[in-house]
Amino acid sequence: MTTAQSRPRAAKASGATDLLTVSGLQKHFPVRRGLLQRGKDAVKAVDGLDFTVARGETLSLVGESGCGKTTTGRMLTRLIEPSAGRIDFDGQDITHLSNSRMRPLRRDIQMIFQDPYSSLNPRHTVGAIVGAPFRLQKVQTEHGVKRAVQDLLKLVGLNPEHYNRYPYEFSGGQRQRIGIARTLALRPKLIVADEPVSALDVSIQAQVINLLEDLQNELDLTYVMIAHDLSIVRHVSDRVAVMYLGKIVEIGEQAGIYTQPMHPYTVALMSAVPVPDPTKRGQRTRIRLTGDVPSPLNPPPACRFNTRCWKAKDICRTEEPPLAELAPGHRVACHFPENIASTPAAAAEPAPAPAEAK
Amino acid sequence: MSSVRIEPALTTGDLGPVSTSFLELRDLRVHFPTGDGLVKSVDGLSYRLERGKTLGIVGESGSGKSVTSLAIMGLHKNTSARLSGEIWLDGEELITASAEHVRTLRGKKMAMIFQDPLSAMHPFYTVGNQIVEAYRIHHKVTKKAARAHAIDMLARVGIPQPKSRVDDYPHQFSGGMRQRAMIAMALSCDPELLIADEPTTALDVTVQAQILDLIRDLQQEFNSAVIIITHDLGVVAELADDIMVMYAGRSAEYASAEQVFGQPEHPYTWGLLGSMPRLDRDRSERLLPIKGTPPSLINVPLGCPFSPRCNYSGLVGDHACTTDRPEFRDVGGGHRIACHLSAQQRQQVWEDEIRPNL
Ligand SMILES: Nc1ncnc2c1ncn2[C@@H]1O[C@H](COP(=O)(O)OP(=O)(O)OP(=O)(O)O)[C@@H](O)[C@H]1O
Ligand SMILES: Nc1ncnc2c1ncn2[C@@H]1O[C@H](COP(=O)(O)OP(=O)(O)OP(=O)(O)O)[C@@H](O)[C@H]1O
Ligand code: SF4
Ligand code: SF4
Ligand SMILES: [Mg+2]
Ligand SMILES: [Mg+2]
Repeated sequence: MTTAQSRPRAAKASGATDLLTVSGLQKHFPVRRGLLQRGKDAVKAVDGLDFTVARGETLSLVGESGCGKTTTGRMLTRLIEPSAGRIDFDGQDITHLSNSRMRPLRRDIQMIFQDPYSSLNPRHTVGAIVGAPFRLQKVQTEHGVKRAVQDLLKLVGLNPEHYNRYPYEFSGGQRQRIGIARTLALRPKLIVADEPVSALDVSIQAQVINLLEDLQNELDLTYVMIAHDLSIVRHVSDRVAVMYLGKIVEIGEQAGIYTQPMHPYTVALMSAVPVPDPTKRGQRTRIRLTGDVPSPLNPPPACRFNTRCWKAKDICRTEEPPLAELAPGHRVACHFPENIASTPAAAAEPAPAPAEAK
Repeated sequence: MSSVRIEPALTTGDLGPVSTSFLELRDLRVHFPTGDGLVKSVDGLSYRLERGKTLGIVGESGSGKSVTSLAIMGLHKNTSARLSGEIWLDGEELITASAEHVRTLRGKKMAMIFQDPLSAMHPFYTVGNQIVEAYRIHHKVTKKAARAHAIDMLARVGIPQPKSRVDDYPHQFSGGMRQRAMIAMALSCDPELLIADEPTTALDVTVQAQILDLIRDLQQEFNSAVIIITHDLGVVAELADDIMVMYAGRSAEYASAEQVFGQPEHPYTWGLLGSMPRLDRDRSERLLPIKGTPPSLINVPLGCPFSPRCNYSGLVGDHACTTDRPEFRDVGGGHRIACHLSAQQRQQVWEDEIRPNL
């Protein structure tokens, strides 16, 4: 995940070792309202994604709440069926694999769920929940399943005494760790982690992140992380993809995205990160997004950010900006990007126009 | 204080003097009998909060933050939980009050944004109907007016196209949209006490900033008291006047936000601040979690509950850390901590070891 040596940069450049290749991926949810079934309306939750993830790499998906991150994750793990596009995993097209053909792959592709409450069966003990993958997939364990489960519980910072307890007896963060322990049980190749640490206190966050990092180095795991906490994203990611309303608007190496965000939405996002320093309260310049919050039911034409973008011009409403490579490995979909290399003066101080002190 | 105590029955009679604070907890204990033993989720917690002020509560996952809030809201009544101590809200004691009476206080006198949006929302009713119902309990208005209010609240928390989405069911919302719908529900009656339990964990930073503004507005307009519980130290730094750090069902440190971030005095707080990744610092190779695992709440360590994980217990003579429970005491200017270290020792550790590494 992070240490410089462990990064599969070189391998990635050759393109030969991509574990995951996604092209044109879409998910449209048909909507029906009232008695009149207007069959043609659809929530365009994910509307055409292209990206790759190299073996051993961590790609993070960030973006506005409701922009389609979880839906993307659920398609990658094939919990829901894509409406269009293609997903290749480990050299195999898995886009529409049947359940029975998907089964052997389930072990390799695991998801840590965003909502630790609804994803744990309330009638099963923690031991049964974390042990289930061993039993279902008939994995051999050296000292029996119970011991393996207790080791996993310790690994994620839970107490082995929790083995016989039920999910309702746990706090939010503890449940999240139960979910993580269950995911790790099978040693998958790809983990889609949807907000894996947001329910945890910062010390356990650090523990879990270090754990995920160690497992990645040991087992060559590949992660697709979904997270809102941008300081954590910076720490864990090799690359970051910023999504807005079902599309990727910017994707690139972590350092490039953080030091030179080019898409205005990314710039706004970075400016809103709360700083853990009360003495800086009110000194920060936050870009407030005004204008209509668009809906994925009928997204704005051309650039989807145009209803809220302070740089929008006519062309933004008529011509969709392509996701173009504006710096090596750094692609951006914007007609008037910020911080581009040709204007290094602007790079130092982003966030112009509607910024107000806050 | 001895760590073995006889469980007091539910307190009736002999209450202390009527509290003059808007909210005051006195020696609150919430214990759950389980098959493995008594879980001491909250074990002697006291604090005060005045109108117009914001208290931030941070701390370990599983340290009793949510359980405390549920106690204030009267939601342990008629469960197996054993409560003792006193909870004073605007001159009324709530532990001895009847469940029916406390129910009438919910909504207007006090409201809570729950950590778990799904449990607070009913899956079979539309989001709009749930807000309408909550609003009409305290406001004698027509259904139509209540619906208009619901749409207005959804718009204020940033739900796109609130007029049509008001009729969606919770499962049709993304994680962050559900959280915002719940915030809309909690704020719909302008509560005098708002408890926000992880209100923004599922939200991207721009929406988060918007929600924090909304909470500030509520506070300014209605002079409400706010308790914000979060693992995001950036959020408490933005919002809180005072901060309480909890560990193992107790308060470890209590001070103004400036003091907690600028001159923290408790070893657990030092550990917390040291383990978070920060965007306003260089990216570190590895995060530094607090060593060891969170304590069992059934067999809470003797003496200081943090002692098995504390790097500084050796500085305290007579092994006091493992035998005597440190008193929660004022160390100057209302800054309170539960730790045996002397002022000089704390000062030295802070200057030599902690501050340089933050
Ligand atoms: N089953 C469904 N039916 C209809 N719409 C859906 C369904 N599931 C998701 N959506 C919609 O798809 C969009 C994307 O949702 P998704 O859960 O992927 O967002 P997200 O990026 O994960 O957001 P968050 O950060 O809030 O979790 C939202 O507008 C959501 O309302
Ligand atoms: N009904 C219950 N029965 C037994 N134990 C419980 C019950 N509810 C909570 N607990 C325990 O009480 C402790 C405190 O839980 P609480 O939900 O207050 O934690 P928290 O501080 O809110 O943590 P988080 O930050 O993870 O949400 C936890 O250790 C939990 O396991
Ligand atoms: S294309 Fe235009 S509207 Fe879209 S982000 Fe760029 S400047 Fe803003
Ligand atoms: S009382 Fe002792 S063990 Fe507890 S925090 Fe202070 S020094 Fe550490
Ligand atoms: Mg999501
Ligand atoms: Mg909680």
